[in-house]
Amino acid sequence: MAMSRDEIFQKVQEVLVDALGVDDDEVTADATLMGDLGAESIDFLDIVFRLEKAFGMKVPREELFPVEGLLNSADLVSNGKLTEKGLAELKVRVPHTDLREFEKNPDINKLADLFTVNAIVNYVATRLNAA
Amino acid sequence: MRWIWIDKFVEFESGRRAVSVKNVSLAEEHLHDNFPGFPMMPECLMIEAMAQTAGILVGEARNFQEKVVLAKISKAVFFDYVVPGDTLRLEAQMQTIAAEAASTAGRITRGDQLIAEIDLMFSHVDQNLAGKKFPEENFVFTGLFTSLLRDVALNHARPQPQKTESGG
Repeated sequence: MAMSRDEIFQKVQEVLVDALGVDDDEVTADATLMGDLGAESIDFLDIVFRLEKAFGMKVPREELFPVEGLLNSADLVSNGKLTEKGLAELKVRVPHTDLREFEKNPDINKLADLFTVNAIVNYVATRLNAA
Repeated sequence: MRWIWIDKFVEFESGRRAVSVKNVSLAEEHLHDNFPGFPMMPECLMIEAMAQTAGILVGEARNFQEKVVLAKISKAVFFDYVVPGDTLRLEAQMQTIAAEAASTAGRITRGDQLIAEIDLMFSHVDQNLAGKKFPEENFVFTGLFTSLLRDVALNHARPQPQKTESGG
């Protein structure tokens, strides 16, 4: 069953409204989950669980939010920034995220800004098209 | 679990749903302060009762091997006051359970009347994202609560009453 991007966005929006207790007009495509919508770590699991229900598919957490494992390796992080190797690794892990802005200054504190509503929509769209 | 706030389980389907009962009594000291002349059960303690009901459902699903900790109140909506003498029925349904966490949906009723809808998330704390270590012993499920399951356990174990033939 093909779903348009708008339909996917609407469902993702519903998921985020329920999981984060925000208004639907706050859930814009560019909104960041942590900065704009106030998500905390347990909320990411909540979002994963709700996406699984909404789209009827298994969502491995590390596919959708794969950054956690990156930060503990000296190889990949140096002086609070991702190294080139780290950046390369990140690109592999988040193929559905636009990294152009982040690459200019790969400060790990800015990793949070990568998790946007759009990144989730992209992820779901990729998964649905692959199915 | 360090204190018990529900009285017993009346239904228990492993990994799916659990139903417990909480009797509200004026002998509970806090009711005299909440509020003087109008004792009513604080809403936060209804959430606690649901957290215990759902938390044991989640714990039992993994044989009480995980340390199950309340991580998020996804929803808590209350429809009426609860006062001394009321018997609450707390029904928790498992929504999702995964390696790291579980989510539950719950309803509290008094007779036919809906009192509250409470959805929760629990973390299996040993599987936490930060890789933090916790003491090895399970400080959540200490065995204190096993009496709560006496009725449902008995229901499984109790032999069916035998029909006796009586000679005419």
